[in-house]
Formats: sequence, C-alpha cells, structure tokens
Amino acid sequence: MKVLMFGWEFPPHISGGLGTACYGLVKGLAHYNQDIIFVVPKLWGDEEPLADFVNASDVSIDYRERKFKKIWKNLTYLEVSSFLVPYLGPEEYKKFTDYAIHDRTDVDESIFTTKYEFSGKYGKNLMEEVSRYALTAAQIARDRDDFEIIHAHDWLSFPAGIAAKEISGKPLVAHVHATEFDRSGQSVNRPVYDIEKAGMEAADHVLAVSQLTKNIIINKYGIPAEKVSVLHNAVLDASIIKSKYNKKVPEKIVTFLGRITFQKGPEYFVEAAKKVLDRDPNVRFVMAGSGDLLNRMIDRVAELRMASKFHFTGFLKGDDVDHMYAISDVYVMPSVSEPFGISPLEAVRHNTPVIISKQSGVAEVLVNAIKIDFWDIDAMADSIFALLHYDGISRMFKEMGSQELKKLKWEHVAAKLVTVYEKTLSTRP
Amino acid sequence: MRTICFYFQVHQPYRLKPYRFFDIGEDHYYWDDFLNRSVIRKVAQKCYLPMNALLLELIQKHHGAFKVTFSFSGTFMDQLEAYAPDVLESFQRLVATGQVELLNETYGHSLAALKSKEEFAGMVKQHQDKIKQLFNGYQPKVFRNTELIYSDKIGAMVADLGYKGILTEGAKHVLGWKSPNYVYQNSINPDLKVLLKNFRLSDDIAFRFSNKTWEDYPLTTDKFINWINAIPQSEQVLNLFMDYETFGEHQWAETGIFDFMRALPEAVFKHTNFGFSTPSEVIDKVPAVSPIHVPIPISWADEERDLTAWLGNDLQDEAFDRLYELEAMVKKTKDPDLMRDWNYLQTSDHFYYMCTKFFSDGDIHSYFSPYDTPYDAFINYMNVLSDFVLRVKGKVKGLEKA
Repeated sequence: MKVLMFGWEFPPHISGGLGTACYGLVKGLAHYNQDIIFVVPKLWGDEEPLADFVNASDVSIDYRERKFKKIWKNLTYLEVSSFLVPYLGPEEYKKFTDYAIHDRTDVDESIFTTKYEFSGKYGKNLMEEVSRYALTAAQIARDRDDFEIIHAHDWLSFPAGIAAKEISGKPLVAHVHATEFDRSGQSVNRPVYDIEKAGMEAADHVLAVSQLTKNIIINKYGIPAEKVSVLHNAVLDASIIKSKYNKKVPEKIVTFLGRITFQKGPEYFVEAAKKVLDRDPNVRFVMAGSGDLLNRMIDRVAELRMASKFHFTGFLKGDDVDHMYAISDVYVMPSVSEPFGISPLEAVRHNTPVIISKQSGVAEVLVNAIKIDFWDIDAMADSIFALLHYDGISRMFKEMGSQELKKLKWEHVAAKLVTVYEKTLSTRP
Repeated sequence: MRTICFYFQVHQPYRLKPYRFFDIGEDHYYWDDFLNRSVIRKVAQKCYLPMNALLLELIQKHHGAFKVTFSFSGTFMDQLEAYAPDVLESFQRLVATGQVELLNETYGHSLAALKSKEEFAGMVKQHQDKIKQLFNGYQPKVFRNTELIYSDKIGAMVADLGYKGILTEGAKHVLGWKSPNYVYQNSINPDLKVLLKNFRLSDDIAFRFSNKTWEDYPLTTDKFINWINAIPQSEQVLNLFMDYETFGEHQWAETGIFDFMRALPEAVFKHTNFGFSTPSEVIDKVPAVSPIHVPIPISWADEERDLTAWLGNDLQDEAFDRLYELEAMVKKTKDPDLMRDWNYLQTSDHFYYMCTKFFSDGDIHSYFSPYDTPYDAFINYMNVLSDFVLRVKGKVKGLEKA
C-alpha cells in the first residue's frame, strides 16, 4: 500500500514526542513493505531513508489551479492573528504572544510566493506555516497520484491532510497524538481546537494514541466512537540498557523528568516528596527539566524546607538523560493529562521501577508499574516509599517490566495500522 | 572638634562555579576561580590601584591631617593573596603611613552574628589573626559587622569581644528625629560606642554621584562643602561610610569621582571647621550623647535598611538554615579544607543573590549577581551545599570509627 503521510518533524530534528512517534511508525511500516511518502515542512537531509521524503519547502505551487483558491478560502480563518505555540503553558504562552504581537510582519505576500521556506519549528509564524503547509499539500496531492491513502499527524498537519483529500479524493486518516485539552487544560485555544475538530471530521478514520485520548475525541470533539481506533505507541528499542554511569550519592534517588508544566503535574511530585522525606530523610528527589512552573516549584521546595534533599537539574540533554534514568531508584510520571507518555518506558529500559498516573495513556499498556491518580499525593508517597524499601516489589517490577517491553514493538503497532488502512479503504463508498 | 570619618568597605566574595546535580558526591571544588580572578583584576585596575594611589597622595600632601579607615573581608584578603599581590602591597603601604585605621569584621563576611555566637566569635578571631599577619601585627579596636548589620544584642556581643566601638547605619526608622552626627552608646553595654552612617551625604557620593536624573547632579566639591557647612554647629561627627568600589567601579573614573575626592580634603580644610579622624579617634575624643535602641537588626542595604536583602524569602531562609545546622558537625571535623569551604559558603553574597525584591532594589541586586535569577542562585548553592553535607558527614563518620 502506498501512503501519503504528513508530519511536522522527523528525527533527528525534533523538539517533541511527535517526531519520535512518526519515526517509530514509519520504521514499523517499512517492516511490512509499505511505501510511504513522508512530507515534512522542512527536511534537513540527515533523516534516515525509511520513506520517500518530500520537503515541503521545495514544492512550487501553481496558482493557476482553481481548486487551490477554494482551499485557500477555507484556510483564511487561520490568518487571524493567533500566535500559537504548542507545548507552552499559559504563562510562557502569554510572554510569547506579548512578544509576537509587537513583532508581527504581514503574512500575505509570503503566502503567495511560489515557494516558501518553512522553519518546521513551533515558532511565531506557526499559523502561517500551517496554512501554507496545507497549500503545499494540495500541490503534492495533485502532482503525485501514486498513493492510496492519506495519513496526517496531529493538528499541525490536519489542514494539509484535508487539502490533500479534497484534491485527490483519497481517504484520510487523522492521527491524534495529543489534543488541545492535554496541552492547555481548560484554557483551550479556540483556533487550534477548530483545526483539530475539522481534521477529525474530515477524516475517514481517526487514530488515538490511547483509550484516554479516544475518550477525549469522543466527548470533547463529538466524533462517533466507531470512527476512532486506539493505536498505542511503542518503543524503538526494547533492550535493557546497562549503564556504566554510577550514582555518586549514598541516598536513593526518586526522579521526575519532563517539562515542568501544568500538564505534567510537577506540583504533585513536590508534595509527595515532602511526605516521603518526613518519614525517611535518606532519599533525594530530582526534578529534571524546565518549563513555566519551574520557579514556582523551586519556591515551594524552599517553603517546605527540603531543598537539601530535593534537587533541580534544569533541562537535560544527550547522555545526561540516560545518566539520570540510570541513577534513579524510582521514576515518577504524575501527569495530569498525558495522551501517551513514552518516558516511563525509557525508565523501564534502565531497570528503574515506575509510578505513573492513571491519567496517562501509557498506563493502558504498562502492567508492571504502580498506577495512581495524579492528585493522590498520599498514594504517590506510599508507592515511592514502598518501592524504596520493599525490595520484593521493585525486584519484581524490574524483571517483569523488561519482559513487558518486548511486547511493545512498533512492528506490532504497524500491523494494526495496516488493518486500519485496509478497513478504511474497503468501507469507502 | 568637628570631624569627618571616612570608612571604606572592601569585600569580594568567593563566587560559586556552576555546580550541577551530577557533580554532587564527585566534585568537591566549588569556586569559580576564573570569574573570581577576573573580578579582582578588573576592580584592581578600575578602583583599588588608582584609588590607593590617590589616597596615598592625599595622606602625604596633608601631613597627617587626612585619614581614612578600611575594613577588609577575609575572603577579600584571601583573593588578594591569590590574584592581586600588587593590590595587597599598595594597601600595606597605605596602612604603613599610620594615617589609616583598620577594622575587624567576620572573616567570611558572614551573617553569623544573627545565628551563632560561637561561630561569630570564631570568625572574628580568625579575622584578627589575618589582619595581624598581613599588616605587621596591626590590632583593630573598632568593629564593623557584615553589611553594617547591628542590633542591641549584636553590639553587646561585640563589646564582650573587647571592642570599644562599632559602626552601623544611621537608619531613619531607628533614629527618628535624632541626628546621626553624634556618638551613641550600645543600650545594653554603654562601654561600646556606636558610630552611625550619615546615609544622605554618604549615598550622595556612593549612589547618586553620577545619576543624571538627580536634581543635584552634578555633585561638585563646592556643593558638598555647602552641605557640610549646613550641618548644625553642635553636631560633631560626619560619618561617610561606603563601599570602596564606589571609586572607579560603581562610579567610573569618567564621572569625575577621583577628581571629586582629590579636591575634597583641601576644600574641607579651607572652607569648613571640620577635620578628618578615624573611628577610634572619634570614640576617644567625642563623648557619647545617649544610648541608641536597636531591638531589631538594621543594615545599610536597600531602602528598608533591614535584613531582607539576605534573609526572609523561602529560598534564603531554607539555604541559611540548612547551612547553619551543620555548624557543630563541621567544627567536629577540624578539617582545614572543610573549614575553609564552610567559611566561604557563609558569605552573605550567596544569600543576596537569592533575593527576590525585584521591583524596588532589583537593579542593584542584579548588578552584583553572577546569576540570571534568584532561582538559579538557589539551585546552584543548594547543589554545592548538598555535596558539602556529604563530605562533612563522611568525615565525622570516619572520625567516630577511628
């Protein structure tokens, strides 16, 4: 089968989990000899040649095509001055928009040049790029008719998916990796929500990364349940990592690793840490990462007088991430809303027992983990204490966890995806 | 006898290097040698060397009539020995003229006076020894606490250590209608005389000298002489206390600060009935008028003249408490490396960097801070402190076994 796939980023140039998931999926599909045309706004040239990559920045648009005008008309609502950056918390977002409002250049002329250099980032011209990406998608769909199905990843490429469907008449699969409700809680950005909803409605089938996300799609976007399938993420490599990096402190280490934003629930980790430290001072807590709630967390840790046992590392990259997993005795992911959440699986690869919130998609696939409600700091503290002190349970998790990982392969995900493609094609009128 | 008393504070902290969580338990060296050395060298060129030369010139020119007073923090003297022996020599030359008085303070420029009498006394003793060693057996008789922090209790503690006087801020909320231009006494122990900074005239030089939005800009010697002459005849002492870095560093040479100072002594002799004295001369010659009551500690910092630049927010209080709970254990180790780090970690500047009073005095704070935010300062300090705790505990455990 030949698939025309629209993404926003692809490894090695990624800034979020979306690129990693696309990579895993494409790799899994290659296993089943599926041909993929993978379109990204900007190619860097050092991507692994797993698919027929198309660089949207290289596509010229032919404005004599009348159909494009219609697409453009439907897209113009994106041009309202909305400065949207995904994965930003409310405070950072505000800072960003304040800046962008004073720094905005008019977009019209650049949109109607025949070529457009995408940044492929989540920058201030994001909405402009999303619109332009859709136009490029229309051109690609007209130029190449050698595909049978269209697959678009997350809202950034939904307009592209819709446009490609309109030009080609081929069915569209909309893949939801995260919703606006996960990113922004209750303060949803309307234009993004509208794009997400339009994408899911225009799609012939919708994929959700977890049952949790499927429920949001049904309840908040009004998509009928039978149109939505769950397609869990997997791990690229299920092998256990034996790190040579040694811990240098005598105490056990409990780690939070991720963006320090509302979505990730850092404050619950801080409160649970206090409860554990009151009982057992021989533990160190580490909050690794950066985000708009960082300073508030530091204040709270100081206020609770536990800063000599609670550490902040700032944003970690490269080897430091692996080192952090390696020296952790317990990994906690207390996300308030996590469509999937790949990091606990990384922790398992380092033989670190994990505690995850029930409000995460990964809780649906990982059996050998302690699952708690993100808000239940007593349960979180209990679990941390248990994993630190009762060797039996952590030993069991270590053994079972690594067994479990082997079942979470992208090949299995791809197999399921192929059946979704086939079903979508066969049920078309 | 009407007199001006010039006192200059000379202090540099040992700034911490960026110390990450991963360094805890492994890297036991905390200090940013490169940064500390560059700061000392930069300030030496802009301030210490030219200002020392100017003071020497003035002292020689006025044949014993012009005098100044210094207080050097221990962390400053240690850094002079390491990075700027030329500056140390020029200070030694100044002291050798006999027209320069030196004060004692806490070695680590610490806030120990607020926390531990024992640690405070220990740091004072250490400072006495260092001054003696570097300045030909010199023995100060007057005391200056970190950032001029003073309260009745601190005063009594200082009197117990044998000092006859102490310097502090002439804080408005303490003085009320009273004038700073008299000698006062500690309210617990009247043997300890208290000299108060005239903050208006001191800060005219130290802070406002080059401020173009100030209505009295530019400050000329004539103008300053007029203000001195406006002081009522009954008021005897004008205490001009300031950071030494005022000259050439906070106020650059281009502002004319050196020319102002060069002209000032002669103008004072010619146009006023003031002379120049050091604190111990003032204390010996001018009788005290009354006790001064300072139940709550004051300092010379910020608009509030209180302790909030160093203590009071959660970051500062947490760091401060975690540090001082180690005191007994550190002393048990008697380990020279640990003692040195313990000393340098107490320097008030570390807590100053954690101050979150952004809006009123934030610009002054950020000028002096090597960190982007108080949060960065806190994290870095706590990482270092965590490693320090591990070392101290390890050492104590080792001693107990032995």
